Amino acid sequence: MTGQALSDMRVIDLTHYIAGPACTKLLADYGADVIKIERPGIGDGARSMGPFFHDDPHPEKSGLFLYLNTNKRGITLNLKSNRGKALFLELVRKADVVVENFRPGVMRNMGLGYEEMVKVNPRLVMTSISNFGQTGSYKDYKLTELMALGMGGPMHSKGDPDREPLKYGLTVSIYHAGMVAATATMIAFYGSHYGGVGQHVDVSILETQACTADGQLTTLVTYQYTGRTASRGSGAGGQYPQGNYPCADGFFRISSGGPRFSRVVAMMGNPPELTGSKWYTPKASADPALKKEFESYFLKFTLQHTKRELFRMGQEAEVLCSPIYTIDEVYNDPHYNDRGFFVDVDHPMTGQIKYPGRPFIMGKTPWQVRRAAPLLGQNNREVYQELGYAEEDLVIMREAGVI
Amino acid sequence: MAYLPLNGIRVLDLTVVYAGPYCTMVLADCGAEVIRVESIQHFPPQTRGVFARPTKEMGSARANLYPNGEPGSRPWNRYPTFNSMARNKLSMTVDMTRPEGMDIFKKLVRVSDVVIENYVPEVMDKLGVTYEMLKQVKPDIIFCKMSAYGDTGAYCNYRAMAQTIDVMLGHSSLRGYPDMGSRDLPSCVAADPAEGIQAAFAVVAAVHHRNRTGEGQVLDLCLSESFMPYMPQAFMDYAMNGRVQGTMGNREQGACPSGNYQCKGNDKWVSISIFTEDEWVGFCNAVKEPWVYDERFRDPLTRLKNQDDLDVLITRWTQQRDHYEVMQELQKHGVAAGPILNEEALYKDPQLIEREFFVEESQEDVGTHSYPGYPFKMSSTPATVRRGPVRLGEDNDYIYREVLAVSDAEYDALVEGGHIGTEYAPHIQ
Repeated sequence: MTGQALSDMRVIDLTHYIAGPACTKLLADYGADVIKIERPGIGDGARSMGPFFHDDPHPEKSGLFLYLNTNKRGITLNLKSNRGKALFLELVRKADVVVENFRPGVMRNMGLGYEEMVKVNPRLVMTSISNFGQTGSYKDYKLTELMALGMGGPMHSKGDPDREPLKYGLTVSIYHAGMVAATATMIAFYGSHYGGVGQHVDVSILETQACTADGQLTTLVTYQYTGRTASRGSGAGGQYPQGNYPCADGFFRISSGGPRFSRVVAMMGNPPELTGSKWYTPKASADPALKKEFESYFLKFTLQHTKRELFRMGQEAEVLCSPIYTIDEVYNDPHYNDRGFFVDVDHPMTGQIKYPGRPFIMGKTPWQVRRAAPLLGQNNREVYQELGYAEEDLVIMREAGVI
Repeated sequence: MAYLPLNGIRVLDLTVVYAGPYCTMVLADCGAEVIRVESIQHFPPQTRGVFARPTKEMGSARANLYPNGEPGSRPWNRYPTFNSMARNKLSMTVDMTRPEGMDIFKKLVRVSDVVIENYVPEVMDKLGVTYEMLKQVKPDIIFCKMSAYGDTGAYCNYRAMAQTIDVMLGHSSLRGYPDMGSRDLPSCVAADPAEGIQAAFAVVAAVHHRNRTGEGQVLDLCLSESFMPYMPQAFMDYAMNGRVQGTMGNREQGACPSGNYQCKGNDKWVSISIFTEDEWVGFCNAVKEPWVYDERFRDPLTRLKNQDDLDVLITRWTQQRDHYEVMQELQKHGVAAGPILNEEALYKDPQLIEREFFVEESQEDVGTHSYPGYPFKMSSTPATVRRGPVRLGEDNDYIYREVLAVSDAEYDALVEGGHIGTEYAPHIQ
């Protein structure tokens, strides 16, 4: 093993909540030295977000915070104080990247905008993640996961036609913006490192939805070409079997109708009732009476097997299918565990917990958890001493509310 | 030509469908030389169309995706999914299933930095395109393999698409109307761009490592492991507390009231989410109707208890208003609110227009259209449309004559042999 891919990248991380920390997590997990700056006493707002370890809403027990902030060194710093700003610029001088997700203008109003930082570090990459971007009429507007999906994403076409549109789960859109920001930062770092060109990277969560979320690219360009818009409830139909079917221990999804029908019959063990020629005429796959008859056989079959059994049997017959899992079933599936996807992380407040691990495998420069998420200010001494400050200085700065 | 961060990186692009081409578009937009290695003898699945030569009679679903419902004489250059991710790329053709074609491919590998593919696992294995083979040709090559379940493990050869991955990762258990039960959920292909964007990250990180150490490597990406990290709240709740989370409908964690509310007009909706006391007060100041001061809604706990009642009252208010109006009024008072937009409305959205989000792309076979632009803006090295959606074999001349320096005679022989061309072979439907 030759270390990690980003071991020469140094990141000053001002981000909080989800999108920003997800971005810097990816950098940290693949080797970057990420110094996470939190407000003294309060810290990252995500520390108040659940789920909490054993439902105890303690700022060091937020599962979301613990997951998003692995591998980061945590310091506290008050950016509103003059000494704080000076400390920050000292950190920036020695860094490659700064990532922030304040409201647009906040950094500049503190005298710490891109223009100021470039003076101390001309090749700096500064990545700003915001709701709508650094410019535009909406730049001061609030944005949530639900809004992002609706204003930029595909939510309009998701759900039942006679009901409200339906969001996706949790905060997948916000997280995706974090991944986009990480890639943008990686690319800008490459340009700075090899081309000597630093820059300000502007990531708008809304724009990441409008051009990268779900099937938006196809949807939007199809609209441009044909004038057609996608609408809710227009996904059903198609040739049987298609959709969610109950089975012995839950539900199972299959998508193998029409020309692939024979594979499903093979999956079922080629029962005699499904080998007759009536099933293989060109119109058979669209015939509602045949569909009803087929489903009576198919349901009898699926209800006899577990979702895992059906998955194996289906895939062996080259049927496009999957079990409909709940989170515990995913977590306990041997495939991911054999691949080492989940990893143990030890943290003083929770003990050892198995987290979701590396989003991809880099063969020679693996993902690694070198340290758990920091306690508030955990690495103050280490980081400030690297800047040349003695312990006595830290005491004074703490008492003055600088750190 | 203006400097772009990934200038000098040459990528051989063997990608299909969505996740792969999306990754290579990000690289191409940022200056990498992305060369699609295509074949006129084989029509890749669901990439340059469902069929190479659909007829208008074949079924409206297929034909109607082309501009004005016309497949045209070269439909493979006019397919919206492909074209939405095809700008700034190059295309050459070669039949790698034949020895002389594989030779050409290897010659290209020798002068490239990265090979990216996302076919089903058997395809590359059958062709003999493995990391071992590529390393022999170029020892520091970076091979990015994108699949559904990964390069190893019990499911590694299983068939999947982003929609089937989605239910298998538990995402479908975390979404849906609370009263939905087992009925079909709308499909979700969010795993594709999740894999695609992270593949771009991995490729650039790997090139950086190679620059520093001379060492190439294999990158193993899969839809399932790219997307699971997007759901940390559910996984951590199970890991820490043994709790299995289910759907919250349209309610956002920590917000009440929260949801999609119907507005004036046909199928017009607004999303509203209120998290803090300040935001609730702002909401009350915006609405100014007596019901907001009702005892039932006076604090976060009572609002939670009575949120169904609250939703009904909010709907009565929003139904009288235009969805953009609701956004402006509520945002003015510090409340998160925004309209739900379809494609037509998105193209007209003032913020996206002000940000110059949409870009114009032109191409000889499809004409000029407005396309979704870039997922991020770079101040020093802004992306531009250097070229519109790439046509099949558009760069055969450049790749063969300049990059590979084949002679005129060799070039002609390769045309004769069905390697070099810009139209799919006649036998392809």
